[in-house]
Amino acid sequence: MTDWTIATAAEIAETVRSGEVSASTVVEACLARIDAHDSAIGAFTHVAHERARARAAGIDAMIKRGEDPGPLAGVPFAVKNLFDIKGIATLAGSKINRDLAPASRDAVLIERLEANGAILLGALNMGEYAYDFTGENYHDGPSRNPHAPEHMTGGSSGGSGAAAAAGFVPLTLGSDTNGSIRVPSSLCGLFGLKPTYGRLSRSGSFPFVASLDHLGPLARSAVDLALSYNAMTGPDPVDPVCTDRIDPPVTLTASTAIDGLRIAKAGGFFEEGGHQEAFDAVAKICTALGVSQTLPIENAALARASAYLITMAEGASLHLDRLRTRHADYDPDVRDRLLAGAMIPGAWVTKAQKFRSLFRAQMQALFEEVDVLIAPATPCVAPRIGQKTFMLGGKELPVRPNLGIFTQPISFIGLPVVSVPVWLEGSPLPIGVQIIAAPWREDIALRVAAWLEENGHVSAPVATLKEKAV
Amino acid sequence: MTQDEFDPDAIARSMLAYLGLPDEPAYRPGIVAHLVAARGIAAGLLALPLDDEAEPAPVFKP
Repeated sequence: MTDWTIATAAEIAETVRSGEVSASTVVEACLARIDAHDSAIGAFTHVAHERARARAAGIDAMIKRGEDPGPLAGVPFAVKNLFDIKGIATLAGSKINRDLAPASRDAVLIERLEANGAILLGALNMGEYAYDFTGENYHDGPSRNPHAPEHMTGGSSGGSGAAAAAGFVPLTLGSDTNGSIRVPSSLCGLFGLKPTYGRLSRSGSFPFVASLDHLGPLARSAVDLALSYNAMTGPDPVDPVCTDRIDPPVTLTASTAIDGLRIAKAGGFFEEGGHQEAFDAVAKICTALGVSQTLPIENAALARASAYLITMAEGASLHLDRLRTRHADYDPDVRDRLLAGAMIPGAWVTKAQKFRSLFRAQMQALFEEVDVLIAPATPCVAPRIGQKTFMLGGKELPVRPNLGIFTQPISFIGLPVVSVPVWLEGSPLPIGVQIIAAPWREDIALRVAAWLEENGHVSAPVATLKEKAV
Repeated sequence: MTQDEFDPDAIARSMLAYLGLPDEPAYRPGIVAHLVAARGIAAGLLALPLDDEAEPAPVFKP
């Protein structure tokens, strides 16, 4: 019998559409794995058993009637708990939001995935209010890395990384303000897509930093990223940033070609400060792609600094009233960062926004010369849960704000990125590499990721989970 | 006090009062650490000369 918990979304959809297996069978397999193992992983904060079963029955009824539920027919998925799910409060990883009224409708991206046949299985753990790169939630406990449960998933979309790597669902959604899709993708060994800023609607999600917030998918194959991405694109007048442009859907075939693409390694800032495994992973990908050119990315440190300051200030602005009235209910680490953020001078933040325009122009000029840049996703493999500091560039630095040093300059100007999972020889833990493309060219980043996957250079296996002690 | 010397604890206390935010002793070390880190991170950006015509990108379009 097929184990549906290790199948990709594409495999599930094809089999469900053909009538070879029911959506209910797939959903029950995933729910059984969640029920058996999630107490040891901490991926979910809400499992929507009844909703998922009802939805699967509806998909199966469509198949019986000869109707096509869509390209994601019967694909189970789950979302970071900052996405609205009708009927439950949107926690955004917090204690405070437990007092909110239940959401009256699903987030737009959930609606779009379900309109294409997918089935929501629940809400996922995350760092409080997304101000986190570790995946350690103060209230719900940490999400644990399925490949090594004493290690971090990365965050803030920690549950999104854990659920996909554990084989609970083949597809999850996360958010990425400074790296919160790419960091857990890297540490959990997944493919993660942070689309171009403004590509996917953020309607019905709890915000963090409006200037920098993105939503996107994590999965165990590049094809699954493309399938879900195609289903989620499209204008949304409710999100003022969401683009009206409509590009052709991304099609990845079994013989995806990367011929003709100009690919370079990102130099300078992206070659410094990380551990050796981060640079070994980049070298492995560059060798596979035949990359010989290195382009120094000038001002990347300033881009990271600017994103850091904008995040502090906009995050504080969002939470200012709650900091007055509910300060004791925050994760102390988040609270102190937000309180300090309220004190960041406006002149600094405005200068950061001005620099954003300059850095965008600088990178647009660079993308006249190349189509793709290769850079590390994280400075190291997953640290241990509870680890507070690590050594970067000869300095002891806090883990929480620094796991995203290589992702932060890229999302600062909204470039599309696919993080691909690399397994270095002898290492039990994966690490990600960023495939970075020009604005609106998600198709190129996905093509490169798919080529690397097809040719065996990257992979996202389901973790082997320990049987629960009886 | 020179330009490079500042008292983050005094700034934290003053700004908490200015902003009407809670000044709990237990919060202060964390706030101070973040203020110091942010000033260090900002230094390079603040040293960068910008033209007067430079436009911010509050609604950013790639």
